Amino acid sequence: MSQLPVLPLLSLLVGAVLALLAGVWRAWAGQAISVVVTGLSLVFGAVGLVVVVRDGPLTYDFGGWPPPIGIEYVLDPLSAFMVTIVALIGLLVCIYPVDAAFGLQPERGTPLYPLVLLVLTGLTGVMLSGDLFHLFVMIEIYALATYGLVSLGGDRGVLAALRYLLLGTVGSGLYLLGVGFLYFSTGTLNMADMAASLPPIADNPAVLGAMGLIVIGLSLKMALFPLHVWLPDAHSAAPPGVAALLAAVQVKAAAYALVRILFDVLGPAYLDTGGLPVSTALVWFGLAGIIVGSWLAIRQTDLKRMLAYSTVAQLGYIGVGIGLASPIALIGALLHVLNHALMKSGLFLVAGGIIQQTGLKKIPRFTGLGKQMPWTMAGFAIMALSMVGIPPLAGFWSKFYLVWGALEVGNWVVAVVVSTSSLLTLVYFVRLFEQIFVREPVEAVVLEAEEPGPRIVGTVGVLALAIIAVGLFNAVLVSQVLGPVATRMLG
Amino acid sequence: MIELLEARYIYLLVMVLLAIGLYGVLAKTDLVKKVIGLTIFSSAIFLFFIEGSVQAGATAPVIDERGIDPNLYVDPVPHLLILTAIVVGVAVIGVALSLLVRVYRAHGTFDESVIAERLAEADRAAGATSAPDRSPGLPGEDDPGTAPGDGGTA
Repeated sequence: MSQLPVLPLLSLLVGAVLALLAGVWRAWAGQAISVVVTGLSLVFGAVGLVVVVRDGPLTYDFGGWPPPIGIEYVLDPLSAFMVTIVALIGLLVCIYPVDAAFGLQPERGTPLYPLVLLVLTGLTGVMLSGDLFHLFVMIEIYALATYGLVSLGGDRGVLAALRYLLLGTVGSGLYLLGVGFLYFSTGTLNMADMAASLPPIADNPAVLGAMGLIVIGLSLKMALFPLHVWLPDAHSAAPPGVAALLAAVQVKAAAYALVRILFDVLGPAYLDTGGLPVSTALVWFGLAGIIVGSWLAIRQTDLKRMLAYSTVAQLGYIGVGIGLASPIALIGALLHVLNHALMKSGLFLVAGGIIQQTGLKKIPRFTGLGKQMPWTMAGFAIMALSMVGIPPLAGFWSKFYLVWGALEVGNWVVAVVVSTSSLLTLVYFVRLFEQIFVREPVEAVVLEAEEPGPRIVGTVGVLALAIIAVGLFNAVLVSQVLGPVATRMLG
Repeated sequence: MIELLEARYIYLLVMVLLAIGLYGVLAKTDLVKKVIGLTIFSSAIFLFFIEGSVQAGATAPVIDERGIDPNLYVDPVPHLLILTAIVVGVAVIGVALSLLVRVYRAHGTFDESVIAERLAEADRAAGATSAPDRSPGLPGEDDPGTAPGDGGTA
């Protein structure tokens, strides 16, 4: 079982190569292979999660070189949790029909699915890596594949991909610079080894500089306000399936890396001691992101663009949860990583279904869609209500833990903003509810529309059921997985 | 202060290059100049790592008759990291250039403000007409039919 930490990544990476070769032969073969390998990765991730929760973390040394010298992969409850989310969303996006996911019928050899698998490989690698430089390489692998996928979104997509490339590379460059500071201060790149050698040099300014650079670099990758400027263009220009993947898991990888480095490598002692008020900054920028992101989402008329701005707001919650640095708030942030992955990917998949059936993108023209596509729109309603935070759906619980954590720390502003921001979320979804469910269909395209195929309804349905399940069985997840993780990091 | 500068002037150079690179990426409106700024920015990071491994009186890390005193050898790890980072950087620049080619083919200019203005204008035109926005060639809507996959494989 000692190979378990590499298996989720290995199956995706091998799958990417196989899907590329198979895609040259037949276009559908690439998709079939990617469904199989993401399924395998999901199985490995889920088995890994059960095993590490029961028996404790597993490590794998590449090439048989033990940690401080070689690269180490660590599968602990947090990374197994993240890997499972990535594989689940990846699997659903691969099952989703090609014409709705990418807005095109792939020609032979078009590397759609290899790119999707490379994004998933990079994300899984970020989550499993126990080495700071290897983490940088994995960030660049998923980022490179993402640039390719975003550029599928036509003219606008190419420009969005280029802008994202410029800012994303600056972000990973700042991260690399921070890793350099840490390496020259400690002489190691392994996370566990570095965590052991940092306390004696706690007041070294180079370490504080490294923390600042890494936090800025990863916030840029995570699109935390005000470093979110690349996100709305990239996520709204990308085809719906790609956008589902990006919003659900890609920005979460940087959030994961931030949690890992701030709490596991540097340790909570570094937050806010003397030099750099990192956690305070994360909280305040997160709050600003919640308000500004929701406000901009309210003003959009394009569904995908609205969802993209809403992602900026939702990432604010995660930033706030990390910044509060209390175990309860961290549970809220990690839970929100899962919830937002389920909700936002589901909403983008619904948007893909609408575009496939009607070609409509502007919200004012969705009048009466609920009559024509009842099942898809029922899924949409569950996701939207969960985003607003209606109990017992999943979205309620992450906000609940965030507010609880804020009250525990005594930060009243956070508690007030997080609870009232649900109203802002409600504002932008109520408009959609009115158009979709209350009004009668008038437009010809809407009247012609019918329920999309089983693969769209099925994937949306799985996500909607997952949201209900996570909401109902929330206590199991928190007490078994996230609670122990948060207590170990901050307890 | 002067001694510090004398001993560490390379770091000053690194800072200047980082600042020039960031200025290029953020302040220039020409997309090619932005990409050039990006390469300057990454080169500065490479330089920082290499300078960090320099040690007076040390040579290449091949153990020979001089013994195994670590002070006699340069730390090889930063060099290794930077070789990897250069490869990654080449891939990023390759993708950036292929995206630039597609931008130029579509708009005939590299000026970001001009392109953004055109896209916004197309948006307004699409908003004004009542034609259903599914027709693929309509300006302002994403055109899913254009050259899938270019630029993604580099």
